[in-house]
Amino acid sequence: MKSDVILLGHGSGGKLSHQLLDDLIVPILSGIDQRDQNDAAVLAAQHGRLAFTTDSYVVDPIFFPGGNIGDLAIHGTVNDLAMAGATPVAISVGLIIEEGLAISELKKILESMRVAAGQADVTIVTGDTKVVPRGKADKLFINTSGIGVIEHDLEISGSNAQAGDKILINGTIGDHGMAVLACREGLELESAIVTDSAPLNGMVNELIEELGEQLHTLRDPTRGGVATTLKEIALQSQVEITLSETTLPINPSVNGACAILGLDPLFVANEGKLLAFVAEEAADQALAILQRHLHGEQAAIIGEVTATAPGKVRLKTAIGGLRAIEMLAGEHLPRIC
Amino acid sequence: MKYQTEFRDPQLAKGLLETIAATVCDYPQVITLMEVCGTHTMAIYQHGIRALLPEKIRLISGPGCPVCVTPVSYVDHAVALARRPETIIATFGDMVRVPGSSSSLLHEQARGATIKIVYSPLDAVTLAEKNPATDVVFLGVGFETTTPTIAGAILTAAGKNLDNFYVLCSHKTMPGPMAALAGDPELQVDGYLCPAHVSAIIGANAYQPLVDAYQVPCVVTGFEPLDVLQGVLMLARQVINGESRVENQYNRVVKADGNRKAQELLKQVFEPCDADWRGIGKIPDSGLQLRSDYARFDAAQQFPVDIEPAVEHQGCLCGEILKGKVRPNDCPLFRTTCTPEDPVGACMVSSEGTCAAEYKYGT
Repeated sequence: MKSDVILLGHGSGGKLSHQLLDDLIVPILSGIDQRDQNDAAVLAAQHGRLAFTTDSYVVDPIFFPGGNIGDLAIHGTVNDLAMAGATPVAISVGLIIEEGLAISELKKILESMRVAAGQADVTIVTGDTKVVPRGKADKLFINTSGIGVIEHDLEISGSNAQAGDKILINGTIGDHGMAVLACREGLELESAIVTDSAPLNGMVNELIEELGEQLHTLRDPTRGGVATTLKEIALQSQVEITLSETTLPINPSVNGACAILGLDPLFVANEGKLLAFVAEEAADQALAILQRHLHGEQAAIIGEVTATAPGKVRLKTAIGGLRAIEMLAGEHLPRIC
Repeated sequence: MKYQTEFRDPQLAKGLLETIAATVCDYPQVITLMEVCGTHTMAIYQHGIRALLPEKIRLISGPGCPVCVTPVSYVDHAVALARRPETIIATFGDMVRVPGSSSSLLHEQARGATIKIVYSPLDAVTLAEKNPATDVVFLGVGFETTTPTIAGAILTAAGKNLDNFYVLCSHKTMPGPMAALAGDPELQVDGYLCPAHVSAIIGANAYQPLVDAYQVPCVVTGFEPLDVLQGVLMLARQVINGESRVENQYNRVVKADGNRKAQELLKQVFEPCDADWRGIGKIPDSGLQLRSDYARFDAAQQFPVDIEPAVEHQGCLCGEILKGKVRPNDCPLFRTTCTPEDPVGACMVSSEGTCAAEYKYGT
């Protein structure tokens, strides 16, 4: 690579494009020296059902405490597959690069994508690179799509939450959104807030294997946060959800930053969290599964499902009051993923 | 944030609630208390306090949400400035979504205007420094809590000799509107929960003239749930004993004389003026305008623009809600035409607005 920044020519399809792919992108992402010259990746046919998902990442800034746009893009797609109860198999990566991006930054991002894919035990099988003129994009946008295979017959879905279920989360809420916001706005906090971005497929596999039909719903509370996700599930499953404020795990720095900025952690995005709805009798077992996991040490049971008022989500406050929880309205924090 | 857990203690809350119930149980009338500040309104909803109080205590929300009391004409003025070429509008987030007569800053942004959300007026000064060929107009909306920081920003810009930083002023002061509402024969306010942060600047003594003129109990109250419950108890005791005094529940922050340094900063840069309050109308000496020495920072004076005639949305009851005369559910537009995604009035937009609180947290 002669230039130390991305040039328009790197997206031309010509020599510079080939150089970028052969010298940087393919070796890092796929770990092989030579790329397959075909137009599509060919995968072996799978048994069972397939899950397919796509997501685009436009986070600003592209590097933030604990992660960057690259590992975020891999984790996000892996987690979307996992929430459908699927084992991620293959991922595609589309890069839209702004002219002028430092090659060193791109390299760092690609390397972290490779690490993230390795941790999630998924292969990056195909991709695409475009370069747009300066000012037409903001440094780097990434689209990732993923295919996963569902190797069981369970119906894990947002419409399967049932009265009596307990609701679990695998750790503190609002970390990702506040990490990006604090970094972008230069907030000086006593202790830095780090993103929770992480792959959750390993944890999900264990929940599926050990809980079986007692696992009803899985959802990752990304944009819109825990509040919006629970409201969606309450509506989809036509159940009432009651959360208990005192059981919500919240990092004190996140709580403090939210208080200063007038934000509610319940509405702040997470990138390494899942909400699991499990049958009441399996709740303690589910909690133990989550807590023994690297990304679940602070897991907690945060609420329960009843059939009283379908579609409603309520929070029992610390002082014993009750308040409603609605979906996030409008834009809370732009460009956090 | 130790303060957040200490002042949310369930056992202490239970004790306070029992004391409040015992205090008011034999009183023959309903006691109507107004929480003046939008942050109080939000805290009361957020912690579910209203439903925990005995029926004899009625809490009504007042005119203390700065975005909500800003008149439509101000939003129209900001929209007109946003349409100027080479202009950046810098503002706290809520103002962006407040509907003007025919547009909002959010719509202007979609049409090409540059609107930047900032968390401090000093960020707007930095924007001006970084964009010397562009006029940066900061939307100066707020009470005594934010105005000293805006005064500080203006002095900073003056110190840096910036010639592209401006403020569109709509600063308001307390307790003018509280006096206006206390004198309103249609409204019976038995006591005020006085704002916490504003009082940290102006001091608890600032409410004494209001108490002297209207014999209405005033308790400066903090924003945590135990603060609010204690404030309610102190007010209830005054009402039942037939007293009217200024009391300071929030004495861990608020002093009798307030923050002298901030007051001096305000005086140096601003002077009192009459101000228009949405729903209440013009109140003498309840606003702040830039002194003539700082006129070069005044966006209204420096940029003559055509502002469309102000049109309030038919049927919007924001004005009545801001006076505590009706509740959000009484407004025919609430939850139907007026929602947080497509707000009609400012009370639905602001994170401190009564309608936004009722929509978001009301059970």
